[in-house]
Amino acid sequence: MNFSFYDFTGFTQSIDQALKASMSPFWAVTIELVLVGVSILAFYALLGLFLVYWERKVCAMMQNRLGPNRVGPRGFLQTIADLIKLLLKELIFIKNADKLLFNIAPFIVIIASFMAIAAIPFAKGLHAMDFDIGIFYILAVSSLGVVGILIGGWSSNNKYSLIGAMRSGAQIVSYELSVGLTLLSVVVLAGTMQLSEIVESQRDAWWIMKGHIPVWIAFVIFLIASTAETNRGPFDLAEAESELTAGFHTEYSGIKFAFFFLAEYMNMFIVASMATTVFLGGWMPLHFWGLTGFNEIMDFIPPFIWFFAKVFFVIFVMMWFKWTFPRLRIDQLLQLEWKYLLPLSLVNLLIIAFIAMMGWHF
Amino acid sequence: MKEILNYFQEIFSAIRSLTTGMKVTGKYFAINAFTDKQVFTQKYPENRKELKMFDAFRGEVIMTHNENNEHRCNGCGICELNCPNGSIEIIAKKENNEDGKAIRAIDQHVYQLAMCTFCGLCIKACPSNALDWGQDFEHAVFDRSKLTKVLNQPGSKIQKDIKE
Amino acid sequence: MIENREILLNDPNSERYLVNMGPQHPSTHGVLRLVVGIKGETVDSVQPHCGYIHRGIEKMCEHITYPQIIHLTDRMDYLSAHQNNHAVCLAVENALGVQVPERVQYIRTIMDELSRIASHQLWWATFGMDLGALTTFFYGLRDREKILDIFEESTGSRFLQSYYTPGGLMKDIHPDFQKHVKEFLVYFRKLLPEYDQLLTGNVIYRARSINMGLLSKEDAINYGVTGPSGRGSGFSCDVRKHKPYGVYHKAEFNEILRTEGDVHARYMVHMDEMRESMKIIEQLIDNIPAGDFIAKMKPVIKLPAGEYWQSVETARGELGVYIVSDGNKNPYRMKFRSPNLSNLGVLEKLSIGHKIADLIAIGGSMDYIIPDIDR
Repeated sequence: MNFSFYDFTGFTQSIDQALKASMSPFWAVTIELVLVGVSILAFYALLGLFLVYWERKVCAMMQNRLGPNRVGPRGFLQTIADLIKLLLKELIFIKNADKLLFNIAPFIVIIASFMAIAAIPFAKGLHAMDFDIGIFYILAVSSLGVVGILIGGWSSNNKYSLIGAMRSGAQIVSYELSVGLTLLSVVVLAGTMQLSEIVESQRDAWWIMKGHIPVWIAFVIFLIASTAETNRGPFDLAEAESELTAGFHTEYSGIKFAFFFLAEYMNMFIVASMATTVFLGGWMPLHFWGLTGFNEIMDFIPPFIWFFAKVFFVIFVMMWFKWTFPRLRIDQLLQLEWKYLLPLSLVNLLIIAFIAMMGWHF
Repeated sequence: MKEILNYFQEIFSAIRSLTTGMKVTGKYFAINAFTDKQVFTQKYPENRKELKMFDAFRGEVIMTHNENNEHRCNGCGICELNCPNGSIEIIAKKENNEDGKAIRAIDQHVYQLAMCTFCGLCIKACPSNALDWGQDFEHAVFDRSKLTKVLNQPGSKIQKDIKE
Repeated sequence: MIENREILLNDPNSERYLVNMGPQHPSTHGVLRLVVGIKGETVDSVQPHCGYIHRGIEKMCEHITYPQIIHLTDRMDYLSAHQNNHAVCLAVENALGVQVPERVQYIRTIMDELSRIASHQLWWATFGMDLGALTTFFYGLRDREKILDIFEESTGSRFLQSYYTPGGLMKDIHPDFQKHVKEFLVYFRKLLPEYDQLLTGNVIYRARSINMGLLSKEDAINYGVTGPSGRGSGFSCDVRKHKPYGVYHKAEFNEILRTEGDVHARYMVHMDEMRESMKIIEQLIDNIPAGDFIAKMKPVIKLPAGEYWQSVETARGELGVYIVSDGNKNPYRMKFRSPNLSNLGVLEKLSIGHKIADLIAIGGSMDYIIPDIDR
C-alpha cells in the first residue's frame, strides 16, 4: 500500500514544470540549482549543529553528566552560541605554513562531504541527484575528504599535524576497501548501484532481514569501517587528543576549525545514511511478511521520519562506540583492517554472491 | 584448521569484550536519558541556596564576633607567628582599660586571603579561640586588593573575659 | 641522548625528528616536558625535562617550623596528601620519641588508605583517557568524589587536607566518619566491577597494554622504581609491609605483586590495591579506639640535632623524608625522596622502540604527578 502524499516526486516535478513554463530553460535550471544548493546548505548547517549538540548530550548521559544546559532549553542553543563564537574568532595564520594549502584544506574537506549529501535519498523523490552509480559516486566523493586532511596536516608546519595527517591517510586508504566491499555485497543482492533502486528493492523487507547472516556481517563490518573512515570513535587517530593534541587540525582556529569539525559530523551523517539506505531500507517503513495490519500502520509514518530515525540510530551506535572504547594504535588499526575486516568482507562478499546466484535471499 | 578456529574465537571474544563495555555505558545512557538519577554533577549557581558546606569546611579565616560586636582577639600575635606564608599581620594599638591602665589591643587583624594556604595553623594556635573557619568559598573578585581583609569588624571591642 | 640530537641537527637527511611533548600537552598530566625523538611513529629517545613546577619546597622547609612544613608536603604529591603529611609527622614524632595515641594511628591509617583509593581511582580515570576512552574519566571521578566528601567532612578540605600535625591530627574526625566510610565501601565494591567491564576486559585496552613497556625486576630495583610500578615488575617494595608504620601491622592485607612488568601488570596492581585498601579499611574502621586526637606536644617543636629518615608508602611508591636538624625549630636540611622522580628515570628505557601512542600509555601507567617530580 502506498500513500501518494508521501511521494515528493510530484512536488519536485511541479516546481520544475512551473519554472520551465515561466522562463527560459537555462534560467529554470539555474534557479533549480540555486534552490537545491541553498536548501542543502541550510540542511547541512542545521544538521551539523544538531549533531554536535546531540553528541554532547549523548556522551554526557553516558558519563553521568548533564551536558550542555545553559543556553536555551536543555542547552539546545549551545551549539549556535559556539558557532557564533567560532565565527568571531581570529583566524590565526601560522608562520612558515603554506598559505594557499593551509587555507584551502578546510574547504576541500567540507566540499567533499557536501557533495556526498547530494546523492542521498531522504524520501521518495527527495534527493538532489539520482545517479545510476550512486554508491560509486558517494564512495568516490567521500574519500576526497582525506585529501583535505592530508593537505591541512602537511601545510600546518607542525609535527603533530603531520603525524595526524599521515595516520589519517593510511587509515582511510585501508578502510575504504572494507567499506566498498561491504556495500558491494548489497549491490550484488539488489542488482543495482542506483540508491533509489536499492531502496525500492527493500519495499517488502530491509536487506538486513532478507539477506541472512552474511548481510549482518557486512553491516557490522560496514559500521566499523565507516567509523574508521570518518576518523571517529576508537579510530580517531588523526586527532588522537591524548597523543597529538588535536592531530591534523592543531593549528586551525576559528571558522576553519569549525569546518573540519562540521565535516566530521556530516561525514558521520553520510556514512550513517549510507548504512540506512543500503542495509536498513532507506526511507522504507518497517515491514514484516504476513503482518498486513502492522505494515499498514507503519506506512502511515512519513518516509523521511523513517529515514532520519534510522540514520540517528546508526549515528547513536557510532557515538556509543566512541564514548566506550579506548583508541587503537596505528599498527593495530591497520592490522584490524588487513587481517580481520578485509578477509572477512571478501569471503562474505563471495558468500553473498553465491546466495544471490542461487536466489536464496528473499 | 586450528588456526582458523582460533581466528574466529579471537573475533568472538573481542566482540564479547566490546559489548560488555557498551553495556555499561548503555545502561547509564538509558538511565540518564529519562531521569536525572545517575547524574553526579551539580548545577552550581542554581543550587546555591541548598549548597551547604560541611561544618569543618575551610573557606576562609574569619574572626568570630558575638552579638555585641565583640571579638576575642587580644592581639597577641601568635597566629602571625604560626602562619607559614605571612598572610596574617596584626596591627596593634595602645588602649586604656577600665582601670586606666594602658594595654595592648588590636587595631587591625589584616588577613591576606590571596596568600593563605588554608593550613589552619593560626586557628589551631590561637590561645583565645578568636579565629575560626568561614564557610564562604566564593572568593573571586576583580581586584586583588579586595583579598586583603581586616578581620575585626569596625567598632568592635574585645570581649571582657579575654585576658590581655 | 644529547649526542643523538646533535646527529639530528647535523644531518638534515635524517628521518629522525624531535617532538616536544609538553609542558603544555593533554596527556603529560601537568607540566612535564618530554623531548621525544621519533622515527616515523617509533620512539627512539625520550628526554624528560623537569623543573617547570619547581617551587623549592625543600629550601622553603629550612625556614619554617615543623608544623608549618606539613602544609607544603601536601603540595608535592597532591593526590597522596595524607601520606605525605604522614611521612613528615612520623619523622618528627620518631625524632622526638613521642608516642602518638592509638586513635590517631588508626585514623591516619584509614585516611591514608582512603586517599590511596582516591588516587588510584583518579589514576584509572586518567589512564583510560590517555588510551582514548574518555568515559573512564568521569566514572573514576564520580567515585572519587565520595571519598573527597568524606575527607571534607572530617578535615575541612577536599584536596590539600593538611590534616596531620606532629603528634596527632588537626582536629578529630567527624562523628559520622565511620558510617560514611562504611557506606562508601559498600558503594565502591558494587561499582568496581564496572571498571573491569569498561576497561580491563576490553580487547582494545588489552592490545594496547599487554607486553607494552616491559620493566624487568632488575631495572626496577636499579632505577628505584617503587610503588605500583615497581610491584608490577615483581619488586617487593611495599613500605607498609616491610617497615610497618601506623597500624598496618594490625591489618591483614597482601602486597600485590605481579611479575610481567608491562603496562597491564601495573594496571592490575592498581586495581588490586584498591581492593586491598578496602580490605584494610574494613578491618580498622570498627576498631578506632576512643582517646585524644593529639598527643601532648610542646608549643615549639625542636628536633634534637641529628639526622632522621622516615619513609611511607604513598599511592605512587616510597616517599622518604630526610631531616637534618641542628637543634633548632626549623630543619637544617630537608630532603624528600619522591617516588615519581625515580619512576620518571625509567621512562626512556621503557618506551624506546614503541609507538608514540604507547609512550603515552606507558607514561600514564607509571602514574606521574609532576609537582612531586619537581617539588
